[in-house]
Amino acid sequence: MKFSKFGRVAAVAALAALTLTSCAANESAATGSESTDSELTGTLVGGGASSQQSAQEAWVSAFQKANPDVTVEYDPAGSGAGRDTFIAGGSSFAGSDRAFKDEEIAEDNFAACVPGTGLVELPAYISPIAVVFNLDGIETLNLDPATVAGIFAGTITTWNDEAIVSQNPDAELPDQAITAVHRADDSGTTENFTEYLHATAPDVWTSEADGVWPLEGGEAASQTSGVIDAVTSGTGTIGYADASRAGDLGTVAIKVGEEYVPYSAKAAAAIVDASPAAEGRSEGDLAIELDRTSTEAGVYPIVLISYLIGCTEYEDAEAGKLVKEYFSYIVSEEGQQASADAAGSAPISATIADKSKAAIELIK
Amino acid sequence: MAQTTAAPAVRLSSPTPPPRGQMSNVYASGRLGRWVPWAILGVSLIISLAVFALFQAASGGDFNVAGAIVLTGVLNGILIYVTALLVEGIRKAKDRLVTTLVSSAFIIALAPLISLFITVLSRGTERFDLQLFSESMRNVVGQGGGVLHAIVGTLIMTGIATVISVPVGLLTSIYLVEYGRGALARAITFFVDVMTGIPSIVAGLFAYALFSLVFGPGVRLGVAGAVALSVLMIPVVVRSSEEMLRLVPNELREAAFALGVPKWLTILKVVLPTSLAGITTGVMLAIARVIGETAPLLVAAGFTQNMNYNPFEGRMQSLPVFVYSSYVSQGTDAQAYLDRAWAAALALILIVMALNLIARIVARLFSPKLGR
Amino acid sequence: MSTPAVAQAPNAHPKPVQRLADRVFSGAALTAGSLILATLAAVAAFLVMQSIPAVTTDPNDISILSGQNFWSYVWPLVFGTVWSAAIALVMAVPVAIGIALFISHYAPRRLAQGLGYVIDLLAAVPSVVFGLWGANTLAPAVQPFYSWLTENLGWFPLFSGQASGTGRTILTASVVLAVMILPIITALCREIFLQTPVLHEEAALALGATRWEMIRIAVLPFGRAGIISAAMLGLGRALGETMAVAMVLSSSGAITVALLTSSNPSTIAANIALSFPEAYGLNVNLLIATGLMLFAITLVINALARYIISRRKEFSGAN
Repeated sequence: MKFSKFGRVAAVAALAALTLTSCAANESAATGSESTDSELTGTLVGGGASSQQSAQEAWVSAFQKANPDVTVEYDPAGSGAGRDTFIAGGSSFAGSDRAFKDEEIAEDNFAACVPGTGLVELPAYISPIAVVFNLDGIETLNLDPATVAGIFAGTITTWNDEAIVSQNPDAELPDQAITAVHRADDSGTTENFTEYLHATAPDVWTSEADGVWPLEGGEAASQTSGVIDAVTSGTGTIGYADASRAGDLGTVAIKVGEEYVPYSAKAAAAIVDASPAAEGRSEGDLAIELDRTSTEAGVYPIVLISYLIGCTEYEDAEAGKLVKEYFSYIVSEEGQQASADAAGSAPISATIADKSKAAIELIK
Repeated sequence: MAQTTAAPAVRLSSPTPPPRGQMSNVYASGRLGRWVPWAILGVSLIISLAVFALFQAASGGDFNVAGAIVLTGVLNGILIYVTALLVEGIRKAKDRLVTTLVSSAFIIALAPLISLFITVLSRGTERFDLQLFSESMRNVVGQGGGVLHAIVGTLIMTGIATVISVPVGLLTSIYLVEYGRGALARAITFFVDVMTGIPSIVAGLFAYALFSLVFGPGVRLGVAGAVALSVLMIPVVVRSSEEMLRLVPNELREAAFALGVPKWLTILKVVLPTSLAGITTGVMLAIARVIGETAPLLVAAGFTQNMNYNPFEGRMQSLPVFVYSSYVSQGTDAQAYLDRAWAAALALILIVMALNLIARIVARLFSPKLGR
Repeated sequence: MSTPAVAQAPNAHPKPVQRLADRVFSGAALTAGSLILATLAAVAAFLVMQSIPAVTTDPNDISILSGQNFWSYVWPLVFGTVWSAAIALVMAVPVAIGIALFISHYAPRRLAQGLGYVIDLLAAVPSVVFGLWGANTLAPAVQPFYSWLTENLGWFPLFSGQASGTGRTILTASVVLAVMILPIITALCREIFLQTPVLHEEAALALGATRWEMIRIAVLPFGRAGIISAAMLGLGRALGETMAVAMVLSSSGAITVALLTSSNPSTIAANIALSFPEAYGLNVNLLIATGLMLFAITLVINALARYIISRRKEFSGAN
């Protein structure tokens, strides 16, 4: 049997690898798992949004290379799990697709923080959400918010619908049914997308913003990868996903004001600058009220902002020091470039970076 | 049509029933030669190929391979039944029909298996190299890196889970079969039944809650993952070995008792060895069941890119969690993540295969030589 | 359960000699049993405790429910779970019995071991890989067939509606589940069939039975209880399967028996996996409460199976 032969060889190889290398080859003795456990070095534990995972990988890797005795663990367990773990004191920082709500902050029961000192929340990971589609020979479409909402709500059902054709006079749209693909799981991407639809086309999209897709019907796929796979393998499909994963799929340019804006890192970062800060927040809390209806030129309004959340003052000073250093690296130019390269995020603008640095200074 | 004489008694008592065509049936007027089933299979294949070729010519689409195979199977069944009915009578016809059905069941099962393995092999071999088995993912972005940390984590956690589950599960099934009666046995059976359907993530939550009580909130330990896996594994071990122990004929036990062998020795020396092959199968199934679990390990053992040999301290990565997270969060260099995911999946399958093989050899060494 | 001759025979005598080793051994077995009972009871208690807030709190305070009450949230999930597992079982059990028979009674002895091993390989495939395979290989492959079915047999309720554009329907998910539980059922059935007393088989053959008649009168009655047990183990897996269903199924909470559309009911386990990472506060309790429902379902089905087995016990041949 071919397989079992293969299996034996592999088993031997694996066993050999296990017994011969006392440690993984890329974890050198000096920075290996044994020494990272010692008190001098320190382990920083965080967790939360899986949307940040690729970016966190890049940040963690660069940060650990610069500080070989530090280990950073990021649990991509999900925003909700990340926030709960942070509240319970199980982690020193959280990544979350939304900032804490006012009432959650008011309860002030964050176990890792000194009571009454407030939080630091940084909009450090900005990811444009692309509306992607798979139609033979068409690479880009111009759509206004009402049309996008109509497609996903199921009121526009064929590609040669008048609403689409009128905005795309040059495209040869087929007489084909539209299969709208949405996320099956509870996600920040869905929450931001539905929030955008509800804010810009409230007549067509009547449901409130929600992390769970609010409508019945339509095709559902789990995770960004599932949506991309479903859109790619079907025809006449349309979906929304992290822009970095759009790949060869066609993408929609969204009507903002009077012009159609294709997604780009710069346009996505611009919406954050164009949006006001959330009111009633403490000094280090940079939570933003995204202005989805902004008509400013060159702004791409469908973005996901994922926050880094930490304490202003930590019960454990060591953890505070590590968080401060780590956050400083993330909002730095190199840090933002690293995540842009590894995860396709939009680097934060200089204004936000300066505000973030000021906020990080508060961390103790 | 060769009319063979009645098969000798020796042949009848051999473990495998004699191949068709060698046992005569006094009620049947004639019998089909050995070549007939094969000829019928060939005829059905030709007919269905012709039908689908015509379809293709008519509609201009692709040649429908799956359709042709299905039609071949159906035609083959019908033709064999009819032929045998005409020549050999209804009983033989039924027998031949069942033979065809049973064989096709096997082929049906092979189809997804082959498709799966082609998928995993073709995608998994891309990154199936030495680096995969010698490095962890610490400080790796994009290409490169390995899954040694996940392999170690999987082996340690599954190992602990097995060490917990097998003795406990086996002893419990011994209790249920050999000793148990009354309320306690009923209660155990009841809970084991219920536990077979526990959603795996709930087992993870339970282990996480349990360890949080002891170690404080947010704790993620390899051993917590192992406990979560044990919760999933124990019911499978209990039910499969219970079934196997019940199959041991009472005559064996009674013979041992009659010779004055104490009960515990009877169980240890007679009952267990007799059912060892079955129990091993059950245990291997249980291991295979839990070694591929993702959700409970993500909850209880956490996620890390680093090597960790100590199940009592720090997070521990495992292969399924690695595969899932690589698939879910692909960075800009998506292909590198996918290649690693498939290679890790291949590694996981190979590990289970190796364990399976070892278990079978061990079982073969210790089980008594039976007649079959 | 096991009150038969074995247990009673020694006790029938006036006070048999109890050896120390005997007591130690039976004590160990008893301890193990009690330990399991304690663990499982702890899990059940944990579930119940965590679930209570979800049912007692005002539905408006739980964001996932968005106003509807607990039962209307959980009912489509219960339906989807039972429906998909039932379809999977209907597909898997006959095939599994067929394979087990093929390996135990039809295939040449030397080949049989290898064949059994091949099927066991299926059990080794992690559910994530089943999910990837189902979503990216199986679903596109069966999609044209689904379209054909809805166009030509659309009058049949199961095949009604507009065929899904990607093939990721509840039927595909059930096929994946069936493939996943196949090795479990096959392996146990095979072991059971191999244990059929040789004398029974030979007696049947000696009476002039064909191979199928021998199987029908000797092998299947002997293995009936075991087959049901194996099917229940498989069903347990199908009911509780998480990742594969979450990755394959396009779910939208609709209650429908149409197998081929893109609106399918989700399953409890898949729904937990999909919603849990973003869940917080009471939402977590709600999801655990749905897990408790799965418990209840498993319980009912297993009780049913036990009842069937105990009714048929006198025919089973073993114990």
